[in-house]
Amino acid sequence: MSDLLLPVIDHYNHWIYVILMMIGLYAMIAKKNLIKKIVGMNIFQTAIILFYVSIGAKQGATIPIIDHGPLGGSHDVPTSVIEASNYINPLPHVLMLTAIVVAVATLGVALALAIKVYNRYETLEEDEILSQIRER
Amino acid sequence: MSHHYPALLVTVPLLCALFISIAGWLKRRLCFPIAVAALSVATTVSMGLLWRVLKEGVVLYRLGGWEPPWGIAYRVDHLNALVLTVIAVVALLNLIATQREVKEAFSEKIGAFYTLYILLVTGLFGIVVTGDAFNLYVLLEITSLTSYGLIAMGEDRAPLASLNYVYMGTIGACFYLLGIGYLYMVTGSLNMTDIASILPGLHHSRVLVVAFIICMVGVWLKMAFFPLHAWLPNAYTYAPAPVTSLIAPLMTKVMIYVMIRLLLTVFTPQFIFSILTLKTTVVYLSVIAIVMGAVLALGARNVKKMLTYVIVAEVGYMVGGAWLGNRAGLTGAILHIANDALMTLCIFLAVGNVMYKVKGYGFDDFRGMFTRMPFTMMGFTAGALSIIGVPPTCGFFSKWYLISGGIEAGHYGFVAALIFSSLVNTVLFFKIIEIGYYPNGNVHHGEPAPLRAMGEAPLSMVVPLLIVAAGLFGVGLYTGDIVTYVINPIIPAAIVH
Amino acid sequence: METVLSIKPLLAVLIPLLVVPILVSSRTPNVREAWTFVAAIVKLSIVISMIPAVLSGRELVCTVAQVIPGVPIAFRVDALGMLFALVAASLWMVTSAYSIGYMRGLKEHSQTRYFSFFAIALSATMGVAFSENLLTLYLFYEMLSLATFPLVTHHQDAKARTSGRKYLAYILGTSIGLVLPAMILCYHLSGTLTFSDQGFLAGTGSSPLMTVLLFMFVFGFAKAAIIPFHGWLPAAMVAPTPVSALLHAVAVVKVGVFSIVRVLTGMFGIDLLASLNLGIMVCVIASCTILTASLIALSQDNLKRLLAFSTIGQLSYIILGVGLLSPKGITGGVLHIAMHAFGKITLFFCAGAIFVATGKRNISEMVGIGKRMPVTMTAFFIGALSITGLPPAGGFLSKWYLVLGTLQADQLAVLVVLLVSSLLNAAYFMPIVYRAFFCPAEKAMFENRVREAPAFCVVPLVLTALISIILLFYPEPFFSLACMAAQRFTGG
Repeated sequence: MSDLLLPVIDHYNHWIYVILMMIGLYAMIAKKNLIKKIVGMNIFQTAIILFYVSIGAKQGATIPIIDHGPLGGSHDVPTSVIEASNYINPLPHVLMLTAIVVAVATLGVALALAIKVYNRYETLEEDEILSQIRER
Repeated sequence: MSHHYPALLVTVPLLCALFISIAGWLKRRLCFPIAVAALSVATTVSMGLLWRVLKEGVVLYRLGGWEPPWGIAYRVDHLNALVLTVIAVVALLNLIATQREVKEAFSEKIGAFYTLYILLVTGLFGIVVTGDAFNLYVLLEITSLTSYGLIAMGEDRAPLASLNYVYMGTIGACFYLLGIGYLYMVTGSLNMTDIASILPGLHHSRVLVVAFIICMVGVWLKMAFFPLHAWLPNAYTYAPAPVTSLIAPLMTKVMIYVMIRLLLTVFTPQFIFSILTLKTTVVYLSVIAIVMGAVLALGARNVKKMLTYVIVAEVGYMVGGAWLGNRAGLTGAILHIANDALMTLCIFLAVGNVMYKVKGYGFDDFRGMFTRMPFTMMGFTAGALSIIGVPPTCGFFSKWYLISGGIEAGHYGFVAALIFSSLVNTVLFFKIIEIGYYPNGNVHHGEPAPLRAMGEAPLSMVVPLLIVAAGLFGVGLYTGDIVTYVINPIIPAAIVH
Repeated sequence: METVLSIKPLLAVLIPLLVVPILVSSRTPNVREAWTFVAAIVKLSIVISMIPAVLSGRELVCTVAQVIPGVPIAFRVDALGMLFALVAASLWMVTSAYSIGYMRGLKEHSQTRYFSFFAIALSATMGVAFSENLLTLYLFYEMLSLATFPLVTHHQDAKARTSGRKYLAYILGTSIGLVLPAMILCYHLSGTLTFSDQGFLAGTGSSPLMTVLLFMFVFGFAKAAIIPFHGWLPAAMVAPTPVSALLHAVAVVKVGVFSIVRVLTGMFGIDLLASLNLGIMVCVIASCTILTASLIALSQDNLKRLLAFSTIGQLSYIILGVGLLSPKGITGGVLHIAMHAFGKITLFFCAGAIFVATGKRNISEMVGIGKRMPVTMTAFFIGALSITGLPPAGGFLSKWYLVLGTLQADQLAVLVVLLVSSLLNAAYFMPIVYRAFFCPAEKAMFENRVREAPAFCVVPLVLTALISIILLFYPEPFFSLACMAAQRFTGG
């Protein structure tokens, strides 16, 4: 039992993001409402952002700012003194700042398009839009 | 100055996009000249880069002077340089050719249009020039976001088609991002060459395989590789003509570039073709893509839709060629990036000219076009011949390499698919040429509507079209040089045949 | 073999192309036709100026572009190509004159387009004749297919559309579907596509593979109209008669045959064909086509359709000659390219002249026409003699060599085919001539006022008829060229 569960528990962050991703994907595929699809899309993106954030984290590590002690001190700390495992990896987090910006921009564009669609068809339900298109 | 070429390629259009949006408020007349200036500089720079790469080999550029793998590096080798030049030339020619249409269709939004246009091209340049896997993602999204906007400017179903493209495009980009995340987990680097140097020790890691497959799925979604193509036909059909003739030649082709870049530089051919056992499967997928693209194109009910399915088939050509894993196949795929960009541009410019005159893109709108718009139809025919693969147009030569790659790999299914697709293309394009040739079009019953008397499209639309059409023949005749000097150095020594 | 670098072959190909913009921009028909003549004369003189060099055993070469490793776009003039080019170039001139008479006589539309695409088609024909390798040949082969499409569908009506579709389906379908993969396969096998005298495919593949390749080429070059890929030729007869005359009796169909001959001799090589027994196979295919086409021709009433089926049969004579693999057979086959061209073009010109003068297309309506149009029908008689292979027309010479070739190759069955076919030829041509001249006066279907067609129509056909006769007595330079070609291919 534990053999089966261990990998799951070990990599619980992965499982969480996979579940989130699937929720998002499900919403995008199964939901007929355009806004719900957009929500699904955002969940999808957030899942990946969380994944990135989680891979940068380490047990018991701190933010990657070198502490020079209360008196200040010089920047020339020999690298041997810095233990990488004491600090979390900042790079994925930095990357995700960009990704969040991208996600927000995508969301904006998607919503703007949804408004345009609504103005044209007076509905956001995909079936209704498609039947309108077919009728014409 | 020439030292900063890789950076200029991205920054100059980026800044110009800003200026254009300002000009859009202050003085609308200035938008187009600024756009032309931006792309002219970009064209010069990309050609300069190509020249430098041909002379000196790989050009490395560190943004802000940071050493990779910490800083973002731009790395220009023969492959980038070739694709950059293609992008610049296609974007510039299309910009000039479509000026009139844009002016008439988007007179109010001209600033917005050209801002998006230049930003899109900036994004494409960035994707191609960057040597950093994450940077590529960001620029990919810049390209996508601008293209969503541009497509939505079209009439009728454009916003809906664009929204569908947003969903699919976002999934594709996210998959790519996820793949890069896994890659980063195992290598700790985002620099492409750096990753490649770390990978050999990890060849049997399962994470690597997962990372690779997820990346590929993302890229395939973005390039509309069958069966992930569903977003493309509507998006390209309902987009305004000047936009279609920009994104149809470039977007899918740049994604092919990304795929080849991942195959050759990041994951390296040893890993992909020797350790992974996906090769044959992917080639078969491409066979399906080619055949289905051709069949769907046969069923299309208007010219633009038909052409979009032709693009789907062409994507199959290039994916299959690249995955054959031999020299000829890769050469064909890379050559086809350039050739297909040119011939797609040619054909869409011609369709754009016709649309400009008759305001429609149904088959029947081409009635008697050879007498009404002879020069446009000359361009159309040249593009059609190239897509069919008639020598000496460039389309023939890339098809030649693809077919010989298929024969070399013993993959006769791929060869048969290519031949089948060529035959279908013949039917498709001669259907239109025939309609254009006969004064009564293809009307079999009933009284044909009287032909509106009209002339050729304006000179500013015809001349670029004819330049591209002539280019198809020119590039075809220089295939030998292109392959020897540009493409041969790209293909790694690991691929022997 | 001594080779000489020369720009002449390229010029011969380019001149008709260069004249197209002038044709399109000419203001009056007279200026346009004058330029057509200028181009035709310049081209013919370029071709003629190359004869001495070729006869003295030299080859003129010219490389245009290096497109694929080992396969450039390049020209090379040898005996076989020279013979074909000479036929096509000299007949272009005659046909141009005839076109003027015909097109103006019938007040056809779009004459500028007609003359322009005619010029492009001739350029492509030269390109095929002078091709140094299969890629170049394929390039010009396709160019010819496309350039002749507007000519075939010139009338732009429903019938032209059907025929145009059929034409493209057969010609492009086979060249893309069969020749293209076969060509790339050959390149893959041998790394070259340059025609050599003894072929280059020997020892590169197994016997079944070679057989498949042979079939792909023989049927793939559908312009040669081997049955079952002949359907486009009768259909293409909707074209104006000068087009049928030059393109579908000389240029297009001969390009198909020429391509097959080139591939058989220059790629497979006579030795390989003999060792794999492929020559026999070619003979069987050709014989079937000859007999079937001749039998179908017997039942035709439309004169141009009859001529089309006759052409299908005669084309296979040429392939048959090469398939015999004997020096005499090859000489006869190659010579037949020239002899048949002059004979058949005369017949087509006559059919066109009758149409211009009377508007009649069917043989059954031509009773007694000989009395009204004696010159035309005499020329028709001479043409028919040449095609049947009877003296005093040139066709006798090529057929004689074909017969000698069968004896040399010890293929008596083929000899029987040739004789039966000649009988059939006579059976479908002679009744026409008989009814035209010797029918009782009261049955004649024409009134007395029917006269000969305009001079522009009549002079060319008289000329080609005379040449047909002269060729028997003085077959130079065609005969020497054919002998040279045969000698080279058989390694003698």
